[in-house]
Order: sequence, then C-alpha cells, then structure tokens
Amino acid sequence: MIEPRPPAPLPPGFAPGASVHAVRPGALDVSHRVILYLEDLTVAFDGFRALNRLTLYVEAGELRCLIGPNGAGKTTLMDVITGKTRPDSGTAFFGQSLDLTRMDEAAIAEAGIGRKFQKPTVFERHSVFDNLELAMKADRRVRGSFLARLDGEARGRIDETLRTIRLGHLARRPAGTLSHGQKQWLEIGMLLVQEPKLLLLDEPVAGMTDEERERTAELIVSLAGARSVLVVEHDMDFVARLGGKVTVLHEGAVLAEGPLEQVQRDPRVIEVYLGR
Amino acid sequence: MDAVARPPLPRWHLPMPRSGWAALGGFCLVAFLVVPALHLLAPAGSALHLSDYAVTLGGKVMCYAIVALALDLVWGYGGILSLGHGLFFALGGYAFGMYLMRAIGREGVYQSDLPDFMVFLDWKSLPWYWRGTEHAPWALALVVLAPALVALVFGWFAFRSRIRGVYFSIITQALTLAAMLLFFRNETGFGGNNGFTDFKRILGHSITSPATRVALFALTAAALAGSLLLCRWLVSSRYGRVLTAIRDAEPRVRSLGYEPARYKLFAWTSSAALCGVAGALYVPQVGIINPSEMSPAASIEIAVWVAVGGRGTLVGPVLGAALVNLAKSWFTVAFPAFWNVFLGLLFIAVTLFLPGGLVGLWRRLTRRAEAKA
Repeated sequence: MIEPRPPAPLPPGFAPGASVHAVRPGALDVSHRVILYLEDLTVAFDGFRALNRLTLYVEAGELRCLIGPNGAGKTTLMDVITGKTRPDSGTAFFGQSLDLTRMDEAAIAEAGIGRKFQKPTVFERHSVFDNLELAMKADRRVRGSFLARLDGEARGRIDETLRTIRLGHLARRPAGTLSHGQKQWLEIGMLLVQEPKLLLLDEPVAGMTDEERERTAELIVSLAGARSVLVVEHDMDFVARLGGKVTVLHEGAVLAEGPLEQVQRDPRVIEVYLGR
Repeated sequence: MDAVARPPLPRWHLPMPRSGWAALGGFCLVAFLVVPALHLLAPAGSALHLSDYAVTLGGKVMCYAIVALALDLVWGYGGILSLGHGLFFALGGYAFGMYLMRAIGREGVYQSDLPDFMVFLDWKSLPWYWRGTEHAPWALALVVLAPALVALVFGWFAFRSRIRGVYFSIITQALTLAAMLLFFRNETGFGGNNGFTDFKRILGHSITSPATRVALFALTAAALAGSLLLCRWLVSSRYGRVLTAIRDAEPRVRSLGYEPARYKLFAWTSSAALCGVAGALYVPQVGIINPSEMSPAASIEIAVWVAVGGRGTLVGPVLGAALVNLAKSWFTVAFPAFWNVFLGLLFIAVTLFLPGGLVGLWRRLTRRAEAKA
C-alpha cells in the first residue's frame, strides 16, 4: 500500500495577497478575502427579471445587510446562493473554487452555507439540546444512528452554542415551550452547530419584542468575524443597530452599497425606497 | 448549566424509570413462574388452577400486545398510521403455520404427506414456496422474512413517493384487503378460507399438552418483554429522536440533510418483522390461522388498541391491547351482537376525550396530584 500524500497545508488565516496556497477541490478557499462572488446574475420568471445582472461580493467574516423594497429580488438572491433557484446567466462562487450554480442544495449546505428562513421551524417536542444535537454535523445515515453518542467535543460545541444563543438554562425544555424570539435563536443555533462559513438570515427579528431585537442584534454582531453573515431585513433601526455595510437592491440589481448613513443619503435610494 | 452536567452514558444505556424495571420484573415473575406453576402444579379441581382457556387467552393477548407495540413504533413515534398491520401478523402466522401443517405428517384425514387441503384439491405435489417448510428453522426465518420483505418493498415505493398521512393509511388498508382476497383463493395454496388448522405437533411435542402450552406462553411473554426493551432502546437512541423529528416536521429533517424515507423504512420494516413473530407465536396457541386475520377490520382494531393505551408510549399500547381484548372476550360472550358497536364507541370516546390514551390520562392525573402536593 502506498501512503497517500497529505495535502499541502493551507496558509494560516485569510492573509490578503497570500500568493501561495493549495486549492483543494471541494473545499472552501477564501485566500482572496472574499467568500461570496456573485457576478452578472440574472433570474427571470416568465419574462419578469427577479434578478437583473446583479453583482455582489461578500468578504470573509463580514456582516452585510441586504435591504430593498418588496420584489427587489432579496429572496431570489438567497435562493440562488442556496441552490434552490438556478440563475439563467451569471456566476456564483463560494470562495475561489466552489461554483454554486453547479451544486445542489445539500452540497451547498454541506460546503458551509446555512440559511435561516423567516418562519422558525424547530422540533417542538424535542428539547432545546436535542434540537441542536439533531442539527449538528454528523453521520446522517440510519446505520450510524442506533449507537450514536455525543463525544466530548460535540457536547462542548453544543454547550458553546447554547451559551452563544443564551439558551443554556433552557437546554432541557421542550422547544415548543420557548417564546417566538427564543425559537428564532434556537434556529440560529441549529445553523451554528453545522459550522457554516456563511450564514444567511432572512428577516431575523420579524415579530420580535424590542428586548428580543436588541439581544438578536448582539447575537448577530457576535457571529460575524468567525463567519460571514448576510442579513435580509426591512427594519432600518435594526439594520442601523447591526452596523456593517448595507447593500440596497432594486428591481433585481444593486442600487447602492456602503455604510447605512451614506446609503440613506443617496438620492436614488431615497427615491425608490426610503422616501416612500 | 444542566446541559453541561449530563453525565457520559454507556453506549447501550437504556433510559427507563425504576418503576418500569420493577413492572417488567413483576411481569416476568408472573409469566415465568406463577402461571406455569398454577397451570401445571395446581390440581385441576382446585381454586388455584389456571385453566387451559385462561393460559391460551393470556398467550393470545400477549401476541396482540406485540403487534400493538409494533404499530406504536411506526404510528406513535414515526407518525405513520398503518391500517394494514394485520397483514404482517397473518404472514408470520402463515409462515409458521406451514411448518405446523408439515409437522402433521400422515396423521391427517387423508393420511397423505401433503396437507389435507391440497389432497382435497387433488394436488399431487407441494407448490415451490412450500419447499423446506418441514424444517422449523427455515419456517422461523420465513416468519420474519416474509412480512419484512413485503413491508420493505411496499415501504420503499410509498416513502420514496412521499406518500403520507391518510393516503398512506388507506393504501395499507387496501393492501391487507387485497392480500385477504388472495389468500381466500384455494389456488393460492394456503388452504383458502379455512386456512391452516388441526395441528398435531410442534418440534416433536404434542401441541395440546399442558407443558407445550406453558412453554409457548412463556416464550410469548419473553418475546413481548424483549420487544418492549428493543423498542424502548430504539426510540431512546438518536435514531428514535430523528424518527420523532420526522413525525413532527419532516421537511425540516430533510433540510438538515437526513433522508426521512430511510428512517421510516427501517421502522416500518422492523415493525412488520415484529408482527410476523407475534403471528408465529399466535398460531400454535390458538390452533388456527385463516385469512380473516387480514381483514381490514382486524387491522383497524389494532389501531384502536394503540389509541386506547396511548400512542407514543410503548407501554400504553401493550396495556391497550390487553384491556380491549380481555373486554372483547367477556363482551362476545355476554353481548355478542354489540362488540363492534362498543369498539366503535370506544374509539370515538378515546379520540375525543383521551387523545393521550390511558397512559396520557395517568400522566395527567399524576401531574395534577404532584402539583397539588
């Protein structure tokens, strides 16, 4: 037997301009600091262009907010990134090497893109802990499920996630007894244990109380850095609270991009969106 | 934080409350010592003697309890309501019945090597699927394989096609009905509407002797206890948590990367195999198997046992099967015409007033008592 050669080590960190790095097929490569490349994306439904030559880059570790009036293409964009919808033209790359337009939904999730939908769906009769356990990256086959036990590392990751989403004291409670906001956090936790590199959050504070909004904002801000977070949100106060760069979509294309104050002053943005 | 404090558990850990183990121990004591002693040792005239009828009834009820348990695994934990579990039970019964028919030898009415009904039909040789059934080990393998194979093939198509809910239930009902009509035919080679009966021997022992009766009773009790522990272990493993998650929110489970169809198929096939074992234990004790076991009504009755006991509790369906069947044996003597009416009313009453069944009621009452204390 010939020993397989170990792959060359990747350079540490996401050092900009790192010129020497090994490209491992199927692995995320963010050596150029950018985690998501969307270029010239077009999606048409019966002639209606939900996305119209949209170009957008998201950096590794960035927190980005996506805003725009209804029908601007926010949800379609999320669908393209997660593989639910195929673009008619344009490219979508996750890191340097992963072509999202050629991967199916499961492969994209596996590669490290996690999406939280608006409506939370947690397993109501399972405990908070069990919800996280079910979501955790592990063997999904029937065969392995009978004797599966959490090892120390996995348990540690769940506990860490419980602390992050601040539900540690409710770990044994059935998820059905949680408040709306807590369910949303649990759902974010269920994404986190899958160790995504890019987190897509669709209206994370819809229907929340003010206090829950504040805690959600803290949570989301704390999540960025170790991973990139892309938030779709209508609520301007919440977007302001998150900080970070804002991208305004309009009619399937990027209208403006930059810090919120700058975007809010943009006359085109005021015209189509904020002014109404 | 209590999540951190959960101690590491051994791989085969079986979470069951102490009262559960105590009840199981008590059950084993009665089944393996008390009943055999009262039947074999107590003289026939004495007040302590347990009659043939009582032992057979007990054995029969335990077979039904295994079937209820099997249905609870798929219905209570997997959300898959089968209205055709009688089919799997009957297939196991027929598989072992083939061995019992062969064991009659030449002591039948026609003194032929062939079972009587085949002689009656003027058949000259055994059909191919009867081959090897004179060997008990092969017949026992068939007991598990036949229902499991039918379930596997049917389940594979049904779960792949994402057939769920009431549609699935109706198809299972149709399946058992179709099988019943098939088995009614003499040409099928399973004795037509008379089925199999007049057994003489089992593994060389007279099938009517008290020792055989007690042995079958104890074996059934062991099978019931074993099935209960097996199901308990299964539902408390990660497999069980995925299965219940599928029951509650199947699309969400799929979005997490699991394949629900495979999880369901495993539960479904195991459940069918368990029913087969119950059927095989049932036939030698009751002394007959015929297509009526596959009737749609018989399968619906199984669902009633589970609902009465409380689905998703394992122990509930066992109790439900026992109580409903004991009530049935009394009812069919006292008011034979009204059993079906009673069964229907019972089902309606449980659905309306006791959604958690008897176990659910018990839990509600104890919780209330605790809250007061």
